[in-house]
Amino acid sequence: MTTDNTSPQEPHDGEYLKPLLPILDQHSTRRTLLKTAGAALGLAAFGEALSPLMVIPENVSVDEFLQQHYKELTDEDKKKVFARLEAETKERFGADVTITDSKPIPGVRFAYAINVSKCNGNGKCMEACNKENNHHRGVDQSYIRVLEMTKGSMDMENGSTTYDHTVPQDDKFYLPVQCQQCDNPPCVSACPIEATWKEDDGIVVVDYNWCIGCRYCEAACPYHARRFNWELPEIPAEEVNPNQGYLSNRIRPQGAMEKCHFCLHRTREGRAPACQEACPTGARVFGDLNDPDSAINYVLKNKRVFVLKEELGTKPSFFYFFD
Amino acid sequence: MTANARKKRNVAALKHAVRSYPGFLWWGLGQATNGGLGFYVWMIVLTAIALVGANAWAHQVARGMIVTNMTDHVSWGLYIANFTFGVGLAAGGVMMVIPAYLYDDEDMHKVVIIGEAVAIAAIVMCTLSVLVDLGRPDRFWHLMPVIGRVNWPVSMLTWDVIVLNGYLVINLHIVGYLLYMRYLGRKPNPKWYVPFVFLSIIWAISIHTVTAFLYCGLGGRPFWNTALLAPRFLASAFVSGPAFIILVMRILRITTGFAAPPKPARTLIQIIRVAMTINLVMLASELFTLFYTGGAHGESAKYLFFGSHGHYGLVPWIWTAIACNLIGTGLFFMPDALERSNTRIAACILCIVGIWIEKGMGLIIPGFIPSTLHEIVEYTPSLTEWKVTAGIWAFGFLLLTVLLKLITTVFAAEAHKTEIA
Ligand code: SF4
Ligand code: SF4
Repeated sequence: MTTDNTSPQEPHDGEYLKPLLPILDQHSTRRTLLKTAGAALGLAAFGEALSPLMVIPENVSVDEFLQQHYKELTDEDKKKVFARLEAETKERFGADVTITDSKPIPGVRFAYAINVSKCNGNGKCMEACNKENNHHRGVDQSYIRVLEMTKGSMDMENGSTTYDHTVPQDDKFYLPVQCQQCDNPPCVSACPIEATWKEDDGIVVVDYNWCIGCRYCEAACPYHARRFNWELPEIPAEEVNPNQGYLSNRIRPQGAMEKCHFCLHRTREGRAPACQEACPTGARVFGDLNDPDSAINYVLKNKRVFVLKEELGTKPSFFYFFD
Repeated sequence: MTANARKKRNVAALKHAVRSYPGFLWWGLGQATNGGLGFYVWMIVLTAIALVGANAWAHQVARGMIVTNMTDHVSWGLYIANFTFGVGLAAGGVMMVIPAYLYDDEDMHKVVIIGEAVAIAAIVMCTLSVLVDLGRPDRFWHLMPVIGRVNWPVSMLTWDVIVLNGYLVINLHIVGYLLYMRYLGRKPNPKWYVPFVFLSIIWAISIHTVTAFLYCGLGGRPFWNTALLAPRFLASAFVSGPAFIILVMRILRITTGFAAPPKPARTLIQIIRVAMTINLVMLASELFTLFYTGGAHGESAKYLFFGSHGHYGLVPWIWTAIACNLIGTGLFFMPDALERSNTRIAACILCIVGIWIEKGMGLIIPGFIPSTLHEIVEYTPSLTEWKVTAGIWAFGFLLLTVLLKLITTVFAAEAHKTEIA
């Protein structure tokens, strides 16, 4: 121990209130000087090591940094935020886009059903999702995974999402999986900062500008429905879908979580989700649960319907049935 | 003296004490950075590693988490594995406080402060591990109460952030107060620290329990979704914490001559013996359930221990851990371990390595393999992840060294004074 030249002076009785020694009074000024130099050098080195962080002030404007949670934004705020995002998209991706904020339609509760007898695994839904939702082209991202399952088993362990042959195969059936828009969503409970929540029409959304990218929701989701932006998505300007929703298909920032949103920028405006529109087999049924005459209610009433992993209590709004 | 006068004097003393606390910190910084050649080499090497880590992290922030090997399938990796181990270390650091205060073990009191220092350094490492795991560290303020928007009490991660920060504050207070009083040459007033010590004991249990709940609360991940997880976390923390402290005390003895009495280490060994046995029993019972029942619940365990569908990534890791734990436990039970022997040191190192793997990579990664749709995508940390992790450890050690330096200096000064008196 090096107490030789550094041990604190003994406080005298009664003098206990006086601190032992400020460092500058120590006799070894040379050491102090060296230490100061060392500290300065160390700090400079840390500054240098962290210099790549300078991209943050370059890429993140003050307005973006200070932006509040979606639910706390006034209409005025939203206008500004959307304008800023549109300008940034123009600057970074070279595309002119319009960002909107479709609200849930009062009284509507969306649900989806897939006819497993009809689906033939052609994957057109995945492609449509990729285009509609401005997904990263580099990795062929999509919110949908189609599992090729072996007939005779419902065990996903016997399934594969990476099949690459003509479909349908005789001994297989196909099970598309995307966000099940759970009524009791574990992803929403997991998020530490309410960056993801369930809207009144049953759609679970993410505020891409509030998410800190901890990926706890991704660990919590039992259906592998969430996707993380490991890097900034790449999309050629001419392929960017210009009709964008703030909570849905606008181009996502790097480092944020995303997921299927039932194409809310379309469905809340009365259109079909892109995947349903693209499906050539008619396997996909989408509609309003609260409307007794909707196609989805017909399916629920007249078909043998099941949900995935029912035992987990997530209460999906996504159903499967056989003809 | 009237009550009023006494109060006035107390207030005056307190005011002065508060005013000179920065002076104490400044003095402490000076003390903590004094040392011989070996000390400076140690500090410079640690700084260099920390620099490499900081640089790797800065690149990760700039380019995105794509520079890690994590994927949408295995969305947590080495960072969260380290975080989990660190929480155990932090909790374990305070475990030695329990015998000290519950049984009023005098000798133990002297080394308690080392445990607290380990806890502080470990918590800082945990916080850093979470920070580097964030995709958007620039948005960290969203996590802060009031200005952010915290999902409390539902999200276990929010709980974890709260308890970890609380734990850090409590331990900083205890260590700071005890040292400050010694520095002023005053006897610490139990009123100012004993309640906090008890609080920190309860808190230590809570940080590890909440961290276990983070995983075992996820119904979609069968490998984590077991009620045994929290008790197993605690049992292993009772091993890794004390084992680490024993190592620290040995290093202090060699490098600074700071000699702790032999009894505390013996008490720690007894704690480790019991805790490690319980840990192994729980592990065995868990393995029985997983493998005897089989099915989907056993898939991750099968992958972990024996590999699955031609994927064997974690098999060498977990068998290394099992070997370390079994041999380490065996060594702890040798009579030699109660003495200041190499057996003891070997046992400590083996158990720490074993638990680091078992509670780290061996716990986090199999939770994701197979994925929730039963795909198998393997994971090995990228170079960036290793660099950042090494940087965090180096920074933790830097902090621990500074704290220990301060502690030994203040204690040595005090011992010196007692001799003169
Ligand atoms: S499927 Fe996954 S992401 Fe979708 S609501 Fe359920 S838990 Fe959340
Ligand atoms: S990744 Fe984003 S949405 Fe998911 S839990 Fe973390 S902060 Fe919430």
